[in-house]
Amino acid sequence: MEDTLVLGGRKFTSRFFLGTGKFGSKETMRKAIADSGSELVTVALRRIDLEESQENILSFIPEGITIMVNTSGARNANEAVRIARIAREAGYGDWVKIEVINDSRYLLPDNQETIKATQMLAAEGFTVLPYMHPDLYAAKALVDAGAAAVMPLGSLIGSNQGLKMRILIEVLIEEINEVPIVVDAGIGRPSQAAEAMEIGADAVLANTAVAVAGDPVMMACAFARGVEAGRLAYLAKMGQEKAVASASSPLTGFLYDE
Amino acid sequence: MDLTGLKIEDLPVIFRRDDRALLEEMVRAAVDMTRRYFGRTISLYAPLYISNYCQNECVYCGFHASHVDMPRSKLTLEQIDRECAALASTGIRSCLILTGESRLHSPPAYIREAVIIAGRYFPYVALEVYPLEEKEYRDLYLAGVDGVTLYQETYDRQRYDELHLAGPKKNYDYRIDAPDRIARAGIRQISMGALLGLTDWHEDVMRLFEHVRSLEKKYPGVEFGLAFPRLRRVADDEHNYFEVSDREMVKIIAAARLVFPRAGISISTRETPVFRDRIIGLGITKMSAGSSTRVGGYIESKTDYEDGQFQVFDPRSFDEVKAMLIKKGFDPVVTDWRNIVNI
Repeated sequence: MEDTLVLGGRKFTSRFFLGTGKFGSKETMRKAIADSGSELVTVALRRIDLEESQENILSFIPEGITIMVNTSGARNANEAVRIARIAREAGYGDWVKIEVINDSRYLLPDNQETIKATQMLAAEGFTVLPYMHPDLYAAKALVDAGAAAVMPLGSLIGSNQGLKMRILIEVLIEEINEVPIVVDAGIGRPSQAAEAMEIGADAVLANTAVAVAGDPVMMACAFARGVEAGRLAYLAKMGQEKAVASASSPLTGFLYDE
Repeated sequence: MDLTGLKIEDLPVIFRRDDRALLEEMVRAAVDMTRRYFGRTISLYAPLYISNYCQNECVYCGFHASHVDMPRSKLTLEQIDRECAALASTGIRSCLILTGESRLHSPPAYIREAVIIAGRYFPYVALEVYPLEEKEYRDLYLAGVDGVTLYQETYDRQRYDELHLAGPKKNYDYRIDAPDRIARAGIRQISMGALLGLTDWHEDVMRLFEHVRSLEKKYPGVEFGLAFPRLRRVADDEHNYFEVSDREMVKIIAAARLVFPRAGISISTRETPVFRDRIIGLGITKMSAGSSTRVGGYIESKTDYEDGQFQVFDPRSFDEVKAMLIKKGFDPVVTDWRNIVNI
């Protein structure tokens, strides 16, 4: 069965996206991307050495992988826009993951500034993938602003806490149908990635849990399979989980001639 | 003890306990937290000393103004350009510009010129200079400063007064209020610290942490960094100080990581290579490499000071430090910022 994800006009077979930070070596990162089959990765512009190509992180990203530069370090919309423009001028394409964070303790995204940045960059022809706090109004505003996807956080960045935001993300999945919903941040285990996919997310982006695992390459593969399993379960239409057993003698049976 | 939700107010009890098992537990929790938020990476930078004139009389420092035998120098703008070129050619991309604390010899306009020159060579430029006015910080931010390092030295006001005999630095309040001015000026990173040993470190570390935490709440967008330089006694200084053992240093660093999970913590070259290498990953996220603390040290003079606060105990080159990190399973992060103010 063909089940491709269309995002920003491109088709993706894998719904597992990978962040490139925090790996112990660039070679491990390269192998994690290649072996997991991930087709879309995010790289912080701040980590790209524009002056030196020899150890440039980008030279470790396998051919054919879509790269979205992220605006890590931006504290407001204008800074995010500047970072995206530098990336485009340097030849890194026009896919940008917007991260606007003005809080160094929890690294929570600023939705208002993220919406502004999305408007500006979408108008300049960027494919904009905003990282956001799962708020319905903000998600709708991002869609109106021209976002190619909406990327709510599962829980705090790097926390490995999984889908703490589940009920709010479910609202986005139900209400936002124009663009894919990608769960980004806080996903600590493949089972949590599977859970995000089971509830109907279109893709999952992970970084920390993979990069700091004992065997990052194996963990990347585990995540890819978790995402795949969750996706299949979603497509197969899972039975509802129930807190109590279903009554074998229905209470409304008397209303029918049975 | 649940160390993951550790609060600053829990620390006095922990600091007073000489408990080997607790220290081991703290370090394990710190390693785990550092890995979670920084991964297996260590950022590298190098200092660039452009002047060593000083107007202050700090009893613990060999550079104090009345030390007339100390050779003084200040780089011209052309010399700064050549130093930057030499340092950048080693592969360094993050640079910390330092001057002695003399507004007279190194006025803000001179510092600003140095920042502009350094910005042509380094994507990240930080400053460690005497405290300035908010407007001066703002001008430097607009000229391309990404971070400022400023140590209070000690939070014990009386001790501060005893150890700083004369000069503008004698003004405790002007220094302690400087991080507020830096934050209001828009500068994105502020590194803070106390010179451990001037007074009982238990007190200073607590006050430092409380200071940083209160600033975090006021200026959440600022990235705060921490450093824990240990006092190195200079030859002619007879004062009594408070020794900080390696064990205590590790405890302080682990505690810092646990109460400030995402703060950058740096370790200086005044620590020995053996100690530096051992504590990598225990909370440290940043270290200097290939450092020269001489004014003009990257071109003109290759030898470093042999005594006191500015002696380099880790003489390894940038490439040697990188190789050591790789061997230990860390990715040396050379480029970690792209200045976006002036573009």
